[in-house]
Amino acid sequence: MQLALDRLKENFGPAVLETDNQHGNETAVIAKDKIVEVIRFLRDTEGLEFNFMMDLAGADYPEREERFEVVYHLYSLKIKKRIRLKVRVAENQLVIPTIISLYKAANWFEREAFDMYGIRFEGHPNLKRILTFDEFEGHPLRKDYPVNKRPKIPTPDPLIKV
Amino acid sequence: MQLGDIITTRIDEVVKWGRKFSLWPMPYGTACCAIEFMGVVSSHFDISRFGAELVRFSPRQADLLLVMGTINYKQAPILKRIYEQMCEPKWVISMGACASSGGFYDNYSVVQGIDEIIPVDVYVPGCPPRPEQLLDAIVKLQQKLQGIKENHIELPA
Repeated sequence: MQLALDRLKENFGPAVLETDNQHGNETAVIAKDKIVEVIRFLRDTEGLEFNFMMDLAGADYPEREERFEVVYHLYSLKIKKRIRLKVRVAENQLVIPTIISLYKAANWFEREAFDMYGIRFEGHPNLKRILTFDEFEGHPLRKDYPVNKRPKIPTPDPLIKV
Repeated sequence: MQLGDIITTRIDEVVKWGRKFSLWPMPYGTACCAIEFMGVVSSHFDISRFGAELVRFSPRQADLLLVMGTINYKQAPILKRIYEQMCEPKWVISMGACASSGGFYDNYSVVQGIDEIIPVDVYVPGCPPRPEQLLDAIVKLQQKLQGIKENHIELPA
């Protein structure tokens, strides 16, 4: 049974670039400009209702032409199913639309993906680093971030300055 | 010697002796080492046998900073500020592998030992250290601030 994938292919045809279904583990690669529409469809369609955004993460595959990937994990509390959506992003075009309008929870996840991989989310209201400090240089989870690179001790936050 | 007798000594020795048995620790616990510290202050191990039971949660009232746990770069200025807020004289015990050397977190986010930020008097190895090790560190610190050198055991040739 691959309910959600079939519905996606039916409705978005060419925007669904690849699909994969291993033991009911449904995965789809979606075109970048359609991702918000696809997620809205999955969230609002009767019989699917993926109303819970479980995770949003970045990934780095240096050998690929479109190097970065943003991975969305959605869960439907209604039909008790999960779906994984992937969007590929090229390094010279590292922008992807935000999904905060659909799930408020995406806010900090998108900030994390920005912090760790440098993926910019267009329309994000507060896109700044979340885990590392503001003066941190580079994006540490990129595969080409040097393993032995250490940041400088940061200057104190204004709250703890004298 | 009996009650009422007089002993002669130097004032700095008396002051050091007093300090030695009234260390007021300020715990800076960020990880599992701080759980071990809870064991040390509780009745089983009982840090108060060494006069260091008066845990203060304000650096201005403490003279012994116990850094227990992983310190990352984002925290580094906070730890430094807390150290600076403590009144002199003050001492620092670095408890556990993470605080002493970064532990197994050899990566972009973790400070490779708090001695990059603040001076440390006693390092405690372990992941996490046993409570006895922290007691031992406090005893070592007491010897240090009394000016007693560690006993050297000569190994047979």
